[in-house]
Parts: sequence; structure tokens; C-alpha cells
Amino acid sequence: MTRAREDHREYTDVERVFRAIHGQAVATLVRAFGDITLAEDAVQDAFVIASEKWPEDGIPPNPAGWIVTTSRNRAIDGVRRTTRGHELHDQIRASVEVQSDTDSDDDLVKDDQLRLIFTCCHPALQREHQVALTLRLLGGLTVDEVARSFLVTEAAMAKRLVRAKYKIRAARIPYRIPRDAELPERLQSVLTAIYLIYNTGLDDPERAVLRGEAIWLGRSLAELMPDEPEVSGLVALMLFSESRVDARDDGGKSVLLRDQDRTKWDLSLINEGHAIVRACIRRDRPGPFQLQAAIQAVHCDSDIYEATDWPQIVALYDHLLSIAPTPVVIMNRAIAIAETEGADAALHQLDSTASDLDGYHLLHAARATMLGRLGRQEEARIAFERARDLAVSPGDREFLSRQVEGLDNDAPR
Amino acid sequence: MSQYLLSMHTVEGEAGEPMTPEMMQAFMERINTLEADMRQSGAFVFTGGLHGPDAATVVRSVDGETILTDGPFVESKEHIGGFYVINADDLDAALAWAGRVVDAVGHPIEVRPFHDSRGE
Repeated sequence: MTRAREDHREYTDVERVFRAIHGQAVATLVRAFGDITLAEDAVQDAFVIASEKWPEDGIPPNPAGWIVTTSRNRAIDGVRRTTRGHELHDQIRASVEVQSDTDSDDDLVKDDQLRLIFTCCHPALQREHQVALTLRLLGGLTVDEVARSFLVTEAAMAKRLVRAKYKIRAARIPYRIPRDAELPERLQSVLTAIYLIYNTGLDDPERAVLRGEAIWLGRSLAELMPDEPEVSGLVALMLFSESRVDARDDGGKSVLLRDQDRTKWDLSLINEGHAIVRACIRRDRPGPFQLQAAIQAVHCDSDIYEATDWPQIVALYDHLLSIAPTPVVIMNRAIAIAETEGADAALHQLDSTASDLDGYHLLHAARATMLGRLGRQEEARIAFERARDLAVSPGDREFLSRQVEGLDNDAPR
Repeated sequence: MSQYLLSMHTVEGEAGEPMTPEMMQAFMERINTLEADMRQSGAFVFTGGLHGPDAATVVRSVDGETILTDGPFVESKEHIGGFYVINADDLDAALAWAGRVVDAVGHPIEVRPFHDSRGE
């Protein structure tokens, strides 16, 4: 994973290289050492040495190789001094000897990174831990950076990471790429973790760095698994969303898709997303992320909201519903139905899934919108208030408050 | 090779209707098939079914004196109804067996690793 990512903060060249190669170095060393903490600490030690040497000597041509070699040497020195040292020492030496010929083997490096991704996102780990491990080990964020993106203290995050790594070690979560039979389900877990990272960054401007992180992770995974169209689908989905980031925010206020200034959309991201979706369609192995990306592709296709091809969007939702019949899909399909069949039909379908999504602010916002269009102002106000009270992100809360006020202003008429 | 405890968790009052002889026979057949597969693959170590928590006694030491209490250690509606101890290469292998146990007995299974000989 040495590809440059879109950074949202200022990093020095050396720091940027560290973050880019962190996952690769840890992944290789986990295989060598059979222990994540040992690998992580060794990479940390090597980074400390590098941060002294590189600014003077320059960044070596193969920085990841340099870090791996240095980490290994440090780790071997380290374990020699521990009580269990001899045993581990022999183990590491053996693995280093076996590997020394194959280090340049690109496939092996890639496989190591995949092993690490699947281990971090193993379904036996809770989602929050999956995400924290992925950001720390593969994203190369510091513990403090991961902590800030979760809005917890560094100490709390350190504890969480220790717990997750303890479970991997104690329960013996395997360090391997899942077999074909398990792959679709396990890949879904990885993709969901990455998409959660993206959406966390989207919901809160303070955590915007996570968007770039998620896109980078998605792109890296797509390079590692070029034959899995769902990975590409996730990347395209994030790119379409990213293309509208500037347009959906008006000085801290959320702007609905229908009201966005479409000239602010990022065309290069949209074009890249379209190219990915077209490639997915040619492959004809649709999945939930590809279909969601295709829906976003249709949205991004029209210059004005009124020109949106709603029948096409409903058809894509029908397809999505047939393979992923979740309440959220039912809800989003209902919102599209409002444009083809009217607010009454949409409301009917929203109500059919309302009990499943009672704690989700967007369900109430969607109901409120339909009720408003049907002239049922009082019910709309109650639903918008409920949505506002449930919303987490400041932008959403502010937007929903404005909707409540808008209805109050209309009321005397 | 590691060992895992697969414990079956039952909830008091959720036993449902008593099994008919036919259901009981089908249940026993599922269990027998499962255990035969476990033995054949070398996964099987030990199994047992437990009486309910009403049959439990807790023993503790207070100021050097042994005190007995009638009933389970934790008063709870949920209790362990039985367990398997299995050999498995890693968690994925243990989870696969746990999935088969769930299918056979219909109760949730908790999978927990044993410490290995090195204390890890």
C-alpha cells in the first residue's frame, strides 16, 4: 500500500512515507513474528531510527524494505533479552531465513497486507475494534490520531487496541486470506468497516481526515483484490460521495442533494466513479456496494435535480432490495418512489419499515418531508422534531431545526 | 493445535414445548452425527450436559472457613446447559464447529479459547 493518499493535514515527507508503508511493514512482520504487538512495536522502533536518519541521509529507495529489515533486526535484538527469547529468536530467524529470497516478491507482500486486513476486520471482533485496528495498523495513524477520530482519549483508545489485539492472540484469529467459501462474507465485513470509516468522516467535519483514509484503504484493497468487483463498487461509492462534499456543506449547514450547486461537484472524482461503475457493469457480478455506486452514478449524471432519471434509480433500488433487503434500502427506495409515484406511495412504504428504523433520524426526516408534501403540517413538524432530536452530526441537527422553523412559519397560512 | 470451550447457553423458561419422541429422536441423531464427525476429525476432546442451576452449590473460603451456599454463583436466567471441549487449529476452525453445534442444539454457543501449555 504505497500509494499516495489525499491528506487533509500537513505531514512532513518522512511522516507521509511512514503512513504509506506502515501497513505493509506491519503485515510482513506479523507473518515473520506471529504476533501483532511485537510487529507493531518493532515498526515503531524502526520509524524512530528512520526519523533521525532519513532527514539527513534522504529517504531510501525502498523505504518499506528498509523499515522491515531494521524492524526485524531490532526485534531479534529485543527478544534475545526476554525470558522466552530463545524460542522466539529461533522462530524469527527461521522465518527470516525462509523469507530472505522472497522479500521482493510482490505477491507475497500483497498477500501479507490482505492477511492483515482480514485479521483486523475478523467478524469475531466488534466493529469498533475492527475499525480502530484498521486505522492504526493499516492506515498507520498514531494511537492519538485514532483516538481523536473516535472522540475518545488516547488512553481509552490504547486500551481498546490492546483488548482487540489480546483477543486476536488469545482466541487465535488466523492470519490468512479467507478461503473462497468464506470470502464473500468476510470481504463484506472488511468493506463495511472501511465504509463506516468514510461515513464517520463525512458526518463530522472534525473527523474529515477519515474520509481520505477510507478512500485510500479502499483503493489499496482494490489494487490488492482486482478480481472483486464489490471492492471497486465501494471505491466508486465513496468517490461519488466525495465529489459532492463541497456542495453539501454551506458554511456548516447541510445542503440537500436537490438544493446543491452542482457546479461545485468534483468532476474528476465523478468521472473516475463512472469509469469504475461501467467496468463493474461489464463484469456482471453485482453486489450491494456496486448497486449503491450505480445509484449515485445516476444522481451524478444530471446537471439539474429535475433531470434525474428516477425510474432508473428505482429499478436499481429494486435490484438492491432483491439481494440486500434491509430496512435502510427499503427507506431509500421509498424516497425515490416519491419522485415516480408521489409522496403518498412513498409515505406508505416508509411506514412499512418505520418500526425497524425508529431510532434513525433519516427515517423521520423522510417521513416529515412526505407529510409536508401531503399538507399534513402538524405531523410533519412532529416528525422533523423527532429527526432533529435523533440526529448526531451538528450539520444535520442544524438542517432539521431549520425544517421545523420553516413549517412553523408556514403554519399561520 | 489449540483447545476451545464451546458452551451452550440456555435461558430459563425459554425451553419451549416439551419434545415429542420424534423430535427427541431427530435431536439425538443430529447430536450423534455431529459427535461422530468431531471424533473422526480429531476435534473431539470432551463433552457434558449439566443439570440446572438449582442443583448447584457454591463453595467459598471466608476467614479460613469453608462456607457453602445453595444455588449458582451468579443468579441469572441464563446458564450453561452443556459444553464441548474441542481441538481446533484456529478460531475459524472452532467457529465452524460452533456453527454446527448451534444447528444441532438450537442454543447460542459461546466459544472460548483455553490457555495453551505456555500460558498464552
